[in-house]
Amino acid sequence: MLDQASPLMAGQARRQGPAIAARGLGKRFGDRVAFSDVSFEIGHGEVFGFLGPNGAGKTTTVRTLGTLLAPTSGSATVAGFPLAPENAVAIRRRIAIMPEAPGLYLKLTVVENLECFADLYEISDANDRVAAALKAVNLSDRGRDTCGTLSKGLRQRVALARALLSDPEVLFLDEPTSGLDPVAAREVHELIDGLRKRGVTIFLTTHRLEEAERLCDRVAILNTTLRTIGRPDELRDQLFARTISVRTLGSLADPGKVFGGLEAVDGWRADGAAGSYVLAVSDPSVAAPAATRALVAAGADVLSIAESPHSLEDVYLELIAEDPEASRSEA
Amino acid sequence: MSTRRIWAIVRKEVREYRRNRSVIYGMAVLPLVFAVQPLIAVLRLSSGEAGGLAHEHVLLYMLGIPTLVPVFVAAYSVAGERQQGTLEPALTTPIRGEEFLIGKALAALLPSLLIAYVVFGIFVAIVEVEAAPNVAASVMQPTDLLAQLLFTPLLACWTVWVAIAISTRSSDVRVAQQLGVLASLPPVFITVMIALNVIEPTPQLAIGCGTLLILLDVFGWRLVSGLFDRERLISGSH
Repeated sequence: MLDQASPLMAGQARRQGPAIAARGLGKRFGDRVAFSDVSFEIGHGEVFGFLGPNGAGKTTTVRTLGTLLAPTSGSATVAGFPLAPENAVAIRRRIAIMPEAPGLYLKLTVVENLECFADLYEISDANDRVAAALKAVNLSDRGRDTCGTLSKGLRQRVALARALLSDPEVLFLDEPTSGLDPVAAREVHELIDGLRKRGVTIFLTTHRLEEAERLCDRVAILNTTLRTIGRPDELRDQLFARTISVRTLGSLADPGKVFGGLEAVDGWRADGAAGSYVLAVSDPSVAAPAATRALVAAGADVLSIAESPHSLEDVYLELIAEDPEASRSEA
Repeated sequence: MSTRRIWAIVRKEVREYRRNRSVIYGMAVLPLVFAVQPLIAVLRLSSGEAGGLAHEHVLLYMLGIPTLVPVFVAAYSVAGERQQGTLEPALTTPIRGEEFLIGKALAALLPSLLIAYVVFGIFVAIVEVEAAPNVAASVMQPTDLLAQLLFTPLLACWTVWVAIAISTRSSDVRVAQQLGVLASLPPVFITVMIALNVIEPTPQLAIGCGTLLILLDVFGWRLVSGLFDRERLISGSH
């Protein structure tokens, strides 16, 4: 029978808590604040996006959570272990970090690179794991290639294979598609999708907003301090009034009469071009059919009715535009 | 302390040396400089001139090899990885600073010892075969042979720690190598002074130097461990 102190029970207890939790975490280098007062929790198996402009503190946050840098304030737990020097090795056993630059030994082959890291993680079935990691990134046939001869995209895949070797509980990906062409970036996205399906917790820093929107369950926007956190759709709803765009063949004779008093429609305005209107709505699923019926009843030729899309980029720009510090760094 | 992680670093380093021409040339040229000049001088001596060698210690010139050869790779060890961007991925693994440093030190020490002993062996063999009999006997003084055997690892170890210490504090490999060579000059100077009989070699001197080197090697290990600051190496902060 297992007692409370058994490693298995300890492992289960760790899995019950969040994969990562930060409470008021901060890091400063002398007078310069890298990030401060950052708090969040990330569940097991969640893909968490960490967004922010250059210099916002994203990479420093990853390095801090990865035990490479000591926090100067606050606390955190990573893979169930409090972030403290005495737990650094235990944490690093359970995580993997893929830095922005692949950092491969360019004079060694792909397999030699992975073998080295398999030994550093003391992986017992190293050969099998190296083969599995290469297969996961579709590089099984490139194992004998010297890393220096590989393209940037392939190097990034080798770095991802290296990060997968230890079968980490938490995987930190720091700008994994930075500098990649669209095809290579898409391949990395597919790999991340595959990891999500395997239940790996992923902490993804990026400033490619479409990447975060596509891959992440939740996102946080950082600019030295945390600006917001939530699901992309939640953030859109928080920041933007929900709207429906209506296009008709010609201008309506009396749009106020058509849209006024419709169920779930709070207001309307013309949107520049003739026959274009924007309706502020409380519930698009109620408002859109009601508007359609009203337009048809008014004899209008309806071209389209659709919920106005607000992308994560809109959210990001809205938040960052409010921030003079960010405006400077963006400039 | 994990021997597997230490050997992972050693194996990786040795594989990199083998494929890095500048390292191979650097490690090959220096021993030649220290071996060829005394070899030519010894081979040109006739039997009648052997008496002059009784007060010289030609073999001790060879101690310059273990003193200088490790600089090439040890100075590169940390600064080179920083420059290439390979340090951060390695330090995100469970490896401890001590394991990383021991791996780096062994990877610099072992090839240097091999080179030093092999070049010394070749030198001795050529002298035995090619030099005039009296000259060979004068060169092969048992105390010098013993000194070569014992001081080679002590000097190499000292150089390795000095060069790694400089490497942990330098962001440029070439600067680290130049400073490493400078730091290795005092032992080379003392060895040359003994070889030229300016400083008289005595058993007391040998024991004193040996003890000092052992202490410096231990001190060097502690110094380097203290200098190895993961945070500073990653962030570049001071």
